[in-house]
Amino acid sequence: MKLSRKEVQHIALLARLGLSEDEIEKFRHQLSDILDNFDVLEQLDTTDVPPTAQSIALQNVFRPDVPKSSCPVGEILANAPQREGDSFKVRAVLE
Amino acid sequence: MDNLHKLTIGQAHKLLKEKKVSAVELAKVCLAHLSAVDKKVQACVTICHDLALEQAKEADKTIGKGEMQPLTGIPALIKDVICTRGIKTTCSSKILENFIPPYDATVMKKLRSAKAVILGKANMDEFAMGSSTENSAFFPTRNPWDLNRVPGGSSGGSAAAVSIDEAIYALGSDTGGSIRQPAGFCSVVGLKPTYGRVSRFGLVAFASSLDQIGPLTKDVTDCALVLNAIAGHDPLDSTSAPQPVPDFTRSLKPDIKGMRIGVPKDYFVEGMQPEVRQGIEAAIGKLQELGAVVDRDVSLPLTRYALAVYYIIAPSEASANLARYDGVKYGYSYQDTTNMWEAMEKTKQFGFGAEVKRRIMLGTYALSAGYYDAYYLKAQKVRTLIIKEFKSAFEKYDALVTPTSPTVPFKLGEKVDDPVQMYLSDVCTLPINIAGLPAISVPAGFVDGLPFGMQIIGKPFDEETILHLAYAYEQATDWHKRKPTNK
Repeated sequence: MKLSRKEVQHIALLARLGLSEDEIEKFRHQLSDILDNFDVLEQLDTTDVPPTAQSIALQNVFRPDVPKSSCPVGEILANAPQREGDSFKVRAVLE
Repeated sequence: MDNLHKLTIGQAHKLLKEKKVSAVELAKVCLAHLSAVDKKVQACVTICHDLALEQAKEADKTIGKGEMQPLTGIPALIKDVICTRGIKTTCSSKILENFIPPYDATVMKKLRSAKAVILGKANMDEFAMGSSTENSAFFPTRNPWDLNRVPGGSSGGSAAAVSIDEAIYALGSDTGGSIRQPAGFCSVVGLKPTYGRVSRFGLVAFASSLDQIGPLTKDVTDCALVLNAIAGHDPLDSTSAPQPVPDFTRSLKPDIKGMRIGVPKDYFVEGMQPEVRQGIEAAIGKLQELGAVVDRDVSLPLTRYALAVYYIIAPSEASANLARYDGVKYGYSYQDTTNMWEAMEKTKQFGFGAEVKRRIMLGTYALSAGYYDAYYLKAQKVRTLIIKEFKSAFEKYDALVTPTSPTVPFKLGEKVDDPVQMYLSDVCTLPINIAGLPAISVPAGFVDGLPFGMQIIGKPFDEETILHLAYAYEQATDWHKRKPTNK
């Protein structure tokens, strides 16, 4: 199976990942090759098999809700690409 | 005393305890050796010269007070995917090139409270995606056994550094073989603990249901000592297991008489290097000689599906985890636009390297409408079957033994443009992550001066048995004593 350019662009849009023209062409081939290797799974009948999300099967892990101090605001914002006062600065979401 | 960098943890601990050497002297020798050797090996992304000496001073105070722990004052390198408060944590990615975590990973808290000495951060494949450390956005690490070859990956910096004594030990992370494969390629000991054994809090997430932190060390004793220090339940990681942690050094016994070992023939794959096959067979012969009961005719037929399962599940989880790098909260951020979506797309386009993008694309595809059932759900179901197959094998055997990788280290550039070939180099290690089992790689021989490792796989939370077998094998062989001669 070969992915079309359109399919590659659609996946990139879902991931909000920008790709160059070269990358679109390269991934079209490479992803197709990799996906071909997945067809092998069709040989296995998994009709009544439950899925496993992770191997030790812990569920609904709770801990006591104890109030405590978190990271200082200044330290968190120290890594912000753009800030204004004690806030992250972002671009307009609504035009 | 100028050979202090060659010591194991056990040896260095003894000298520190008897006050024959101070932690500051030890750190200075290690830093000098590291600075000299790393120009060629390129195992380090960050070297923390001043901080290491400060920590060594603290360690000396602790030793003076008689409050020493096994890792007190011992210099270590940390894979750059583990958050270190105040020290850059880059994941060898442009997108995190200047990221300084405001908190420590739980394993770092543990090391700091033991007064360990952190020499720096080790190079890796970007976001731990890769098998050769060539996917580092900064530079490739070289294999100390042959500088034209890869050290394996993704914990290639950690493995290379330990093999050439740049650090006494290192921490790595393992999602599909990223500790064990480079350990085998560099002839050091590498352990991936059971999923849930070591806290993942502060480990930058790649594939959350597969990732584990573990030690890379010069011998099996050191491996048990580091595991003792980092294992244990952590309320900050909800997948951390509420299991008691034994003293792993207690399982280091040379007598393995009567232990039942299975050798799954499915791991001796087509295309395996014949000399590696012979070497692993000889290593298994050694275990038999030591009294283990070996069954060479074990069949785990689902092994052949593991590669596909892994390369659906790991990228799917990665595509979700890496969505957070949007250029808003931290990391590289594309600024040359007023459009929010364009900023996000360009941030990722210029911030991520080729392999990371490939896996984001693959994972997004496998999770997308219309393909979710055929890929992701199907892979999760086959995962159930693989776990079951291991479980029934472990009813008959105490441990399974396989090669760590099908080949010795390959040349730089050899597989970099062929992702499918690159993925095959993890074919023996990734089924173990799918099932969440513990496994260790120990040095098991050389082909024309290039090392390979033997993998020993255990039952969930039975690191003791694999450490026991690894220790007995190590005591009976000299592979771990060989050192690379490249200077």
